[in-house]
Amino acid sequence: MEIDPFIFRLSIFILSIFIGYYVVWSVTPSLHTPLMSVTNAISSVIIVGAIIAGLAGNSESIFNTSSIFGFLAIFLAAINIFGGFLVTQRMLQMYKKKKKDK
Amino acid sequence: MSANLSAIFYLISGVLFILALRGLSSPETSRQGNFFGILGMVIAITVTFLSIGNFSSGFIYVLIFLLIGGLIGTFIAYKIPMTAMPELVAGFHSLVGLAAVFVAISAFLNPEAFNLGSPGNIKLGSLIEMSIGAVVGAITFSGSIIAFLKLRGIMSGSPITFRGQHLLNALILISIIVLTYLLCSTQSSNLFWILLAVSFLIGFLLIVPIGGADMPVVISMLNSYSGWAAAGIGFTLENSALIITGALVGSSGAILSYIMCKGMNRSFFNVILGGFGATEQSLSKDNEKKPVKSGNAEDAAFLMKNASSVIIVPGYGMAVAQAQHALREMVDTLKKNDIKVTYAVHPVAGRMPGHMNVLLAEANVPYDEVFELEEINNDFANADVAFIIGANDVTNPVAKTDPQSPIYGMPVLDVEKCKSVLFVKRSLSPGYAGIDNELFYRENTLMLFADAKKMTEDIIKNL
Repeated sequence: MEIDPFIFRLSIFILSIFIGYYVVWSVTPSLHTPLMSVTNAISSVIIVGAIIAGLAGNSESIFNTSSIFGFLAIFLAAINIFGGFLVTQRMLQMYKKKKKDK
Repeated sequence: MSANLSAIFYLISGVLFILALRGLSSPETSRQGNFFGILGMVIAITVTFLSIGNFSSGFIYVLIFLLIGGLIGTFIAYKIPMTAMPELVAGFHSLVGLAAVFVAISAFLNPEAFNLGSPGNIKLGSLIEMSIGAVVGAITFSGSIIAFLKLRGIMSGSPITFRGQHLLNALILISIIVLTYLLCSTQSSNLFWILLAVSFLIGFLLIVPIGGADMPVVISMLNSYSGWAAAGIGFTLENSALIITGALVGSSGAILSYIMCKGMNRSFFNVILGGFGATEQSLSKDNEKKPVKSGNAEDAAFLMKNASSVIIVPGYGMAVAQAQHALREMVDTLKKNDIKVTYAVHPVAGRMPGHMNVLLAEANVPYDEVFELEEINNDFANADVAFIIGANDVTNPVAKTDPQSPIYGMPVLDVEKCKSVLFVKRSLSPGYAGIDNELFYRENTLMLFADAKKMTEDIIKNL
């Protein structure tokens, strides 16, 4: 009997939850705010679905109801991707070690 | 690009996202981690373009929307002050949620594009996954909007409660399950829209009763929701990058909510049911007549100059008064006099997890001088001066002694064990928990009644 591909995806999902659990516990508490902003940025990988939806229209009608929602989702996810990664970068650059020479 | 090859690349980008979070285990590796995250995102987007392979005029529009969004995102990222990080993150959550809803709508209207069947005849599994993604996405969106408004101060932080609230919420949640079931058996698009509307509504209703003090838990929780929404869509699109990311973000948010709840000694359930911070204010009227020792900047400077070690306890009030730069200057002066200075940060010191650390880092405080509660709590007994600025409830010894107190059991910083305690505060008013701080009336406490920034600057002058 063949295994439904859904089961494989479910396996990836469950294992990723465990990976997430252990990885996030190892994040130092002082970086919890950057953690939130970076998880925000990476969850915007949902843009993948938005791009598929946006490009689904045929060449005569680029804009139909479905693709318009796709384009809007691209717009929203793009704000998040750029905003999320850059604000994380900005925060991380502030974390400096004690200067030894004083 | 073949479907198998693109699946491999999606897997790679999922792995890069794991490495991005892994990098945050220390500040040294964190910047590299962020780079991995960006790389993973670039790979995912490029692979999507290549696998569609349709570079018709629609492609231009994708780029246009991507660029406009990107520009706005970049602008926000560079303009936002660090004190506003909680609002920003809440706002970003709402965007992820809404994007998930939009993708689900597209997939529902045009399932052929996603290989899910045809309109009115969508594969059952995909329809369930899509509904879950849409429902959770909608809840994330409307919940985050409320959190954003409360954090921004546009909406009052006090909890909004009414009779029958929990019953109403329970009924709506049940109706979501029933609607999902009906949607799957009839494939009716009307039901899909109703389901979305009801989900938006429950998002509002769930966050409205939660008070401002509990916002750290709420944003962490919405962080988690945004992850589960992404994972739901990931299942619909059969995309491993999305599934992995959704699971990572989902568990990350859940862990952060747990840490925040523990920091306040509240059960998660208790926070969700809401109403905290509105009641319980009548408890300690009898304390008002007790004697309080108050001092000025000169006294404070004298105490600190003669100390050999000082522990700073910053709270959100410090950030509100914009005193962090002045504080760091004061600490620099103390260090020049060979006084050992460290910072003690309580888990809920800011408005979101780790917020205080960012605010201190922004003021050029080296991160290896900042310690978490468990790391530093034993050091108070050996320190000469505790300098409390903008914090209150997190230092209240009542949490250890009085089982009647609403904050009993909450982990607190043992500042009263210091030889002397300097408490910068505008007045004797209670903190967020609405209770009096016993510390104000202790023998070794000196109250410095002033604005945090002004007081710190005055102390510098006297050092």
